[in-house]
Amino acid sequence: MATRQTHRLARLMMTPSVAALLLWMLVPLALTIWFSFQRYRLTNPAISGFAGFSNFSFFVTDPAFWPAILNTLLIAGGVLVLTAGLGIGLALMLDQPIFGQGIVRILMISPFFVMPPVAAVIWKHELMNPTWGVFASVSRFFGMEPVNWLGSFPLLSIILIVAWQWLPFATLILLTAMQSLSEEQKEAAEMDGANVFRRFWYIILPHLARAITVVILIQTIYLLGVYAEIQITTGGGPGFASTNLPFLIYNVGVLGGNIGAGAAGGLVAVVLANVVAIFLMRAVGRNLDA
Amino acid sequence: MGSITLEHVNKTFGGHQVIPDVSLEIKDGEFVVFVGPSGCGKSTLLRLIAGLEDTTGGHIKLDGVDVTDKGPAHRGLAMVFQSYALYPHMTVRQNIGFPLKMANMDKAAAEQKVNDAARVLNLTDYLDRKPRMLSGGQRQRVAIGRAIVRQPKAFLFDEPLSNLDAALRVNMRIEITELHQQLKTTMVYVTHDQVEAMTMADRIVVLNAGRVEQFGTPLELYKAPANKFVAGFIGSPKMNFFEGAAAGKYQAASVGVRPEHIRISRDAGDWQGRVGVAEHLGSDTFLHVHVEGAGLQTVRTEGENSFNPGDEVWLTPDPARIYRFDGAGLAL
Repeated sequence: MATRQTHRLARLMMTPSVAALLLWMLVPLALTIWFSFQRYRLTNPAISGFAGFSNFSFFVTDPAFWPAILNTLLIAGGVLVLTAGLGIGLALMLDQPIFGQGIVRILMISPFFVMPPVAAVIWKHELMNPTWGVFASVSRFFGMEPVNWLGSFPLLSIILIVAWQWLPFATLILLTAMQSLSEEQKEAAEMDGANVFRRFWYIILPHLARAITVVILIQTIYLLGVYAEIQITTGGGPGFASTNLPFLIYNVGVLGGNIGAGAAGGLVAVVLANVVAIFLMRAVGRNLDA
Repeated sequence: MGSITLEHVNKTFGGHQVIPDVSLEIKDGEFVVFVGPSGCGKSTLLRLIAGLEDTTGGHIKLDGVDVTDKGPAHRGLAMVFQSYALYPHMTVRQNIGFPLKMANMDKAAAEQKVNDAARVLNLTDYLDRKPRMLSGGQRQRVAIGRAIVRQPKAFLFDEPLSNLDAALRVNMRIEITELHQQLKTTMVYVTHDQVEAMTMADRIVVLNAGRVEQFGTPLELYKAPANKFVAGFIGSPKMNFFEGAAAGKYQAASVGVRPEHIRISRDAGDWQGRVGVAEHLGSDTFLHVHVEGAGLQTVRTEGENSFNPGDEVWLTPDPARIYRFDGAGLAL
């Protein structure tokens, strides 16, 4: 009976937050669904009424649609590979006892504090600019032709910028996981004759599996929605070379003034996110089981 | 073969000297226990032998070969850790086989060895389980299995039983002792529990503040402790000590008598006192007696006796079993 009371009380106490969350989620979702079936142009209020599935067919037949889907997946995948890989490397280094460990760790996290548009501006103008950027100077120093990063490799450039932003997050999660590995286990492996590389492969990496999974799942949520970096650096171009789904939705809905088609694109993004989520849970989700 | 020789080994951690100077000679096939209170450096000494810590000075020899500068993997020793240190993501089979895999042993031969070890340790039915599905005793056995497959020169045990409950500890104590009789490999075993030391060891090293207080067989330590520290540490319940006038009678700075060597009587004896707490173990009773001018003393009597808390009693030590110590605590 005590448990029943506790349960009832708990339910009562949670009601406001659950209700707020539902409102928060359901209202925008319902509005999006509603708009996706409406004729709604910002440029012409005279066009209105039920649209059927025409908004959807308009959105998916956009010449940028398939490139955008591919680019969305490439950005998410590329950033995941870079942050997980480099994150493991950096975490391994930060796990070593070094002089000024505290300072190094704080500096390590700092890119995470830089807001995405600012980061994009810095990368665009200070680093990747083919005339006065740091990368160009480095190229010239070695006697090479400076690379026009954003012009020649727009998608790769965006992946690099976003990876730079997320690397601290991955490193931090992986570092804490690494620190939770018992010293005795590493010593046991050492006694068992495993050298540094084999200790990493057979002991440390399996221990990190769960942390890597967390990094992948959390980052994916954000990486499917990358927008600010594209807006500031390449504007989705050249052509559609760096247009991803969120940017295409912005193009169609806001720039094109077609709210109905934009809302339809939003629902396509929801479907894509779910497909990716199901795929990820199948692939790495079992690592989360205790 | 697996003789271990320590020559003037010392170890300093950041200016703090943990082990001042230890020289030991452990013979091939011997079961040697390092025992001492926590912080006495017994684990550090074991880790020095294992190669997990570097010596600050001195030499460590295995079978007469200097291994002081060799890494832990190249000394041919196996270690069982306090936390077992099993690899949680591997099955029992993979755990036991890990050292063989690291030695790049042929798969079929490794499989054979793992099966043999599992049979010796009664783990055959658990080979495909993960460590988290095993009980404490089984985990302990997997850790031992991982150690024995390599056929090391010597086994090093770092307080392997301290995570087990009391009943299991007694069982594992016997299992490890039997294993030693079977394998006849040198074993070095660290514990803070003098009962484990007394029951398992061929010879015991009593350590205190990084110094070897005494190195001898369990009965040597019991019968002829070299100093007051060993006398107080070995034996359960602890030895009673008397100082001042009571000790002066025996021309010593202090004298010690074990609880089992004191006679208790209601009428007459050397020391008068009053019974405080009585601990009944069934087979024995430990009476804690408040003795005039000498504080609380323990007396071991038969299980069924007529003494009750508050009784006035007399204690008489067995004169042949009195240990005398000088002012520095050394046995006279």
